[in-house]
Amino acid sequence: MNKTINQKAWYFVIPVFVLVAFNAAIPLMTVVNYSFQETFGNNVFAWEGTRWFKQILLSERFHASLGRQFAFTFIILLIQIPLGIAIALTMPKKGWGVPVCLILMSMPLLIPWNVVGAMWNIFALPDIGFLGHSLNAMGFDYNFTQQPGDAWFTTILMDVWHWTSLVVLLSYAGLNSIQPAYYQAAEIDGASRWATFRYIELPKMKKVLTLAILLRFMDSFMIYTEPFVLTGGGPGNTTAFLSIDLVKMALGQFDLGPAAAMSLIYFFIVLLVCWVFYNLMMKNEAQS
Amino acid sequence: MSLELKNVEKKVGIDTHIHPTSLKLEKNTINVLLGSTLAGKTTLMQIMAGLDKPTSGEIWFNDENVTGMKVQKRNCSMVYQQFINYPNYTVYENIASPLAITGVKNDEIKLRVGKVAELLKLSAMLNKKPDELSGGQQQRTALARALVKDSDLILLDEPLANLDFKLREELREELPKLFEDRDCIVVYATTEPSDALMIGGNTATLLEGKVIQYGKTLEVYNRPENLISAKVFSDPPMNIAEITKSGDNCKFTDNDVQWKSSAKIKDGTYKIGIRPHNITTYKEGNNSVEINGKVQISELSGSESLIHFTNGSLNWVSLSNGTQQKNVGEDTKLYMNTDEFLYFDQNNRLVNNG
Repeated sequence: MNKTINQKAWYFVIPVFVLVAFNAAIPLMTVVNYSFQETFGNNVFAWEGTRWFKQILLSERFHASLGRQFAFTFIILLIQIPLGIAIALTMPKKGWGVPVCLILMSMPLLIPWNVVGAMWNIFALPDIGFLGHSLNAMGFDYNFTQQPGDAWFTTILMDVWHWTSLVVLLSYAGLNSIQPAYYQAAEIDGASRWATFRYIELPKMKKVLTLAILLRFMDSFMIYTEPFVLTGGGPGNTTAFLSIDLVKMALGQFDLGPAAAMSLIYFFIVLLVCWVFYNLMMKNEAQS
Repeated sequence: MSLELKNVEKKVGIDTHIHPTSLKLEKNTINVLLGSTLAGKTTLMQIMAGLDKPTSGEIWFNDENVTGMKVQKRNCSMVYQQFINYPNYTVYENIASPLAITGVKNDEIKLRVGKVAELLKLSAMLNKKPDELSGGQQQRTALARALVKDSDLILLDEPLANLDFKLREELREELPKLFEDRDCIVVYATTEPSDALMIGGNTATLLEGKVIQYGKTLEVYNRPENLISAKVFSDPPMNIAEITKSGDNCKFTDNDVQWKSSAKIKDGTYKIGIRPHNITTYKEGNNSVEINGKVQISELSGSESLIHFTNGSLNWVSLSNGTQQKNVGEDTKLYMNTDEFLYFDQNNRLVNNG
């Protein structure tokens, strides 16, 4: 069989190559380049090998911000997923309530992230903010700019407010795809409300929930804008999550080498967790 | 044991879903609800089960008024068109679930599930999850769940509609046997007249929320009370034409085809219903008459040939055995078996009764 040789097809591939090069490969390789070198400006570089990687991996500062990051992500997942499911379960299934609820639910998702941060900053200010002032008036000693516990509480509350809707909307879509016959069958069997949830609704929502967890994990693990505007990582370093710490190092201290190394480590952690998630998901799929 | 609907009516808003209906289903019977989509089959079943309340009227079970009694308190089970099983339970757990909820002992559950599984040929797949089964096996599991409970009332809502042709045939043959020695009332909803004939028992023909006729399946088929019932219980659709009768001679209003009728009815104009299989490309019966037609559509299914043709202003459907090759536009001769004609008066009531 004679194959026709036609190299023109490459013209169709070139635009993709160029696009990917500009939006992914070139910036990433720049970071890789920096991570192995030391620079003092003036475009003078000195080879440092893996020194920055070792330094970052052994640094207590990195351990601390990584720890904070995992703690934050874990807490918000623990709150948002059950809360999201619970809200989705109570939402109406038909009638005028549906559009009202859906619009109300999508509102927080439509607000720009730095606006969310600014909003909550003002909302939570202990002297003039509604939340901060009310809490103090009720006798709580609340000041998120000075007390780490309060700063965490406010950051978590803000993230729950901002992102639970996403879980709600996904769960609601999952719930709506269950045919009414399932509920009737459960009713005929005499199954309780809990059993209906446990054995019909939850398994039927499995796919959207996995998606919700994955999205919320990635987003919260890379969170930057909202806490930056709200607390700026403070008080001290108590709410400096990975990305905030990274920016401090790169732009505040101009430690390009270590910052580049940290970026790559950060990137690999996200990649690794997503890969684990993905494989767990696929394993479940293969089983069922 | 009997289930009786007394003047049951169901309205939703201004729409009437079920017009006042009275129906008495006896024990150990299979009752087919036959009607097209939206005829009210599912609504009627949900009312029977107690999943839905009638707007007015009463439901009596074993001489007890059960109107408004919740479905959990009634001993009934239902199988749906979709294959409804608990997704993360195994087949065994699925079949056992109605028993487990009512607190039957484990040994007994094992025994009963084993029995039902064998009956439905599921013994080999008791440890599988519903997702791993074929559509037919999933529906068998759902059927097993309905059977294991020993319900007084088993409702089957188009259980075969989502299965492919072969599985449907197979399961349809098994179904009547499954219910043979059970002490229960079975209600089976379907859109297919052939389902009703295969299953036998009793049939109720439904149209637009009304029960048109209820009786023994074969009787309803052979002697439909009226034209609507005959239409509902006919697939392919019944041919209807106007005739005039004077003495023994009958004649179509629209053409010259004539025949002698032994029907003991007065002279006048009637409508007749002719089932497609009573118009064939060959003579059948002793009293067949010839009709000319122009072929419009010709469909061969291998064992049968469906020929649509026109004669004058009327469209006709005929169904013959074997492959009868006809070309579209061809003029052809067909034969009508006049013994099988159904005569309806101007009020659409069947008049040549017996």
